[in-house]
Amino acid sequence: MDFLIFQNPILIVQASLDGLLLGVLFALVAYGMALQWGVMNIINVAQGELVILGGYIAYFLYTAGVHPAFGILVSPIIMYFVGVGMYRTVIFRVVNRDLFISILATFGISILAQQLMNTIFGSDVVIAQSNFGTSFLFDYMVTLPNAKIFSAVVSIFFALIIVLYMKYSKLGRAIRATAQNARAARILGVDTDRVYAATFGINAAICGVAGALIAITFTLHPYVGLPYTVRSFMIVIVAGLGNLPGVAISGIGLGIFEEFSDYLFGTEFRIACVFLLLVIILVYRRFKLSRKREYLK
Amino acid sequence: MKIFSKILVILSSIAFVLSLISPVTAKVVGDKIVLGAAVSLSGKYSTNGEHTKNGYNMAVQRINDMGGVKVNGKSYKFEIIYYDDESDSSRAAQLAERLIKQDGVEFMLGPYSSGLTKAIAPVTEENQIPMVEANGASRSLFTKGYKYLFAVLSAANQYLEVAIDLAVEKNGGNPINLAMAFEQDAFSQDVRIGVIEAAERTGSKITIDDKLPKELNDMAATLAKVKATKPDVLVVSGHSKGALTAIRQIAEMKVDVPMLAMTHCDASKLAKQHGKNSEYALCAAQWHKTLTYEDSFFGDGMQFDKEFTEIYGYAPPYQAAESAAALLVFKDAFERANSFERSKVRDALAKTDMQTFYGNIKFSDAGQNVAKPMVLFQVRCDGDNCENKVVAPTKWASTKLVHPIPKWSDR
Repeated sequence: MDFLIFQNPILIVQASLDGLLLGVLFALVAYGMALQWGVMNIINVAQGELVILGGYIAYFLYTAGVHPAFGILVSPIIMYFVGVGMYRTVIFRVVNRDLFISILATFGISILAQQLMNTIFGSDVVIAQSNFGTSFLFDYMVTLPNAKIFSAVVSIFFALIIVLYMKYSKLGRAIRATAQNARAARILGVDTDRVYAATFGINAAICGVAGALIAITFTLHPYVGLPYTVRSFMIVIVAGLGNLPGVAISGIGLGIFEEFSDYLFGTEFRIACVFLLLVIILVYRRFKLSRKREYLK
Repeated sequence: MKIFSKILVILSSIAFVLSLISPVTAKVVGDKIVLGAAVSLSGKYSTNGEHTKNGYNMAVQRINDMGGVKVNGKSYKFEIIYYDDESDSSRAAQLAERLIKQDGVEFMLGPYSSGLTKAIAPVTEENQIPMVEANGASRSLFTKGYKYLFAVLSAANQYLEVAIDLAVEKNGGNPINLAMAFEQDAFSQDVRIGVIEAAERTGSKITIDDKLPKELNDMAATLAKVKATKPDVLVVSGHSKGALTAIRQIAEMKVDVPMLAMTHCDASKLAKQHGKNSEYALCAAQWHKTLTYEDSFFGDGMQFDKEFTEIYGYAPPYQAAESAAALLVFKDAFERANSFERSKVRDALAKTDMQTFYGNIKFSDAGQNVAKPMVLFQVRCDGDNCENKVVAPTKWASTKLVHPIPKWSDR
């Protein structure tokens, strides 16, 4: 390619904006994962399937003649109850158990969800048309699909709402208290079981919003949930638990890094580059921690 | 009570062992020829698995209604034992073993997809079971020296060769600049090999050669590169997800390219899902209803389309048509072999040279159908109603190719 991106500097702008818009959406899904991981100490392998299910709800509206953008209102409501239902049937049994058990349980849920979606919605790849049009920058040289801009704006909006809710609402305070110390919260009268159910429900609702946005920006298929799980897992690992600005920065950063690695190393190495970055970050962190320990000695 | 359960365990073990060592000979039972097929009725290929099964069933029904298969002066009816391979290749291989070893099946029909056919082929080959398959197009199926595998469809590398030749022809016979984006899976990479060969043959230059990871559903970077390099043709192959993503993002990013050649337009219902945005996309297909091939069972493509739609309630995609053709090939081979001996049926299959509603069928030594060209259709819209119209080969073209594709600003 002879580094096409340097021959056409306008591609740098295009790649940065594409990465930014992509990253914001991934950051939203990752935020949901960080929330329930931090509070419940559960790695939800079925995160991607929740996203896809949310997308199918928006798609269902679309086939019924409603604009799929309304999915961002309907999907989280339905998904909240799906999340609470999942907690009440399966997750509550694994909350205080070994992390491995929760991974296994959510992996089971993920397989079940895939097969159920396949049976209910069929195995065709589907999309919902938003017809939002396109925005142009720099004399038509940079194109930005309005659907992606819409997704990014909605993602930021929902993330802000959740942050404010966590900070100022009674349930938000209870969730934060449970995350800090579940036992102490219980002693002080917090119904942690209810908090866990609500947390899982809120995570599912976030996935619902993200899914509705994916229906209008990308494609839906019962078996494409895994990339969303992996991506959000990576973002959370990089950002650290309970670090919301970190999740946002790491999501956007990874999105932009991914776009640039596409131009520099080729599309086939795009995802490999992201994983390589993850390894480097983890090794660097470990290195930093070990230095700290030595200092403390 | 304990003795009773012990006896029961011993008896059931003996029955189990016997069932393993003495397979039932089920190749021909009474007046029935039993064929075996593992198709995907659940899992990610279930939609196409259903098309495959419906194609098989429709042909079985038709052949049986029209007098069946005549061997040694006696008329036999087809019957198929189906198993659900759950879209999983290891399961497909297990089921092929089961069909052969336990059900005693001696003639097989293929599953859906190249991957699953690749999993089953070694099993049928080892047991010397003739298999006529209709949904495995990967080139690697025909390079392993299989003797019992026969494919009625064109190989994957043939999918988009015609499109490149067409683009060169439209460029006054001069070489073209080519941008390619292929998913990293066996089928798409085979299609890529065919395109690269066509590019080398015509002296064309490949300016972009992106290999899309399977989990990727964003082609924005590839399309931005296409915008920057302005190639003559953009080739995309990445199953239904690739086709739908490409059209969505090409329309959103207003990527102008004189020719857009793709695969899986039919399977992804591109014209229906994307409407006018998919207009002028050029798509490779194994079959189209307007082709004028004929046979005495289904008449021509239009008639097959009509009757299939009446029975199953939807228009037949090419996966259903090629599956139906597989049964016609088996019937012809049995009658020519005039025997149910596997080696004779295998030799008769190898000598197949016939026309079906789906196209001409003649196998190379590798079992690949070499008598049927691929067809190219272009999505064309009349108002909001978009349809696939055949544009190549010219013999069957129902409309003229629109080239170059009008710019987005003029559409």
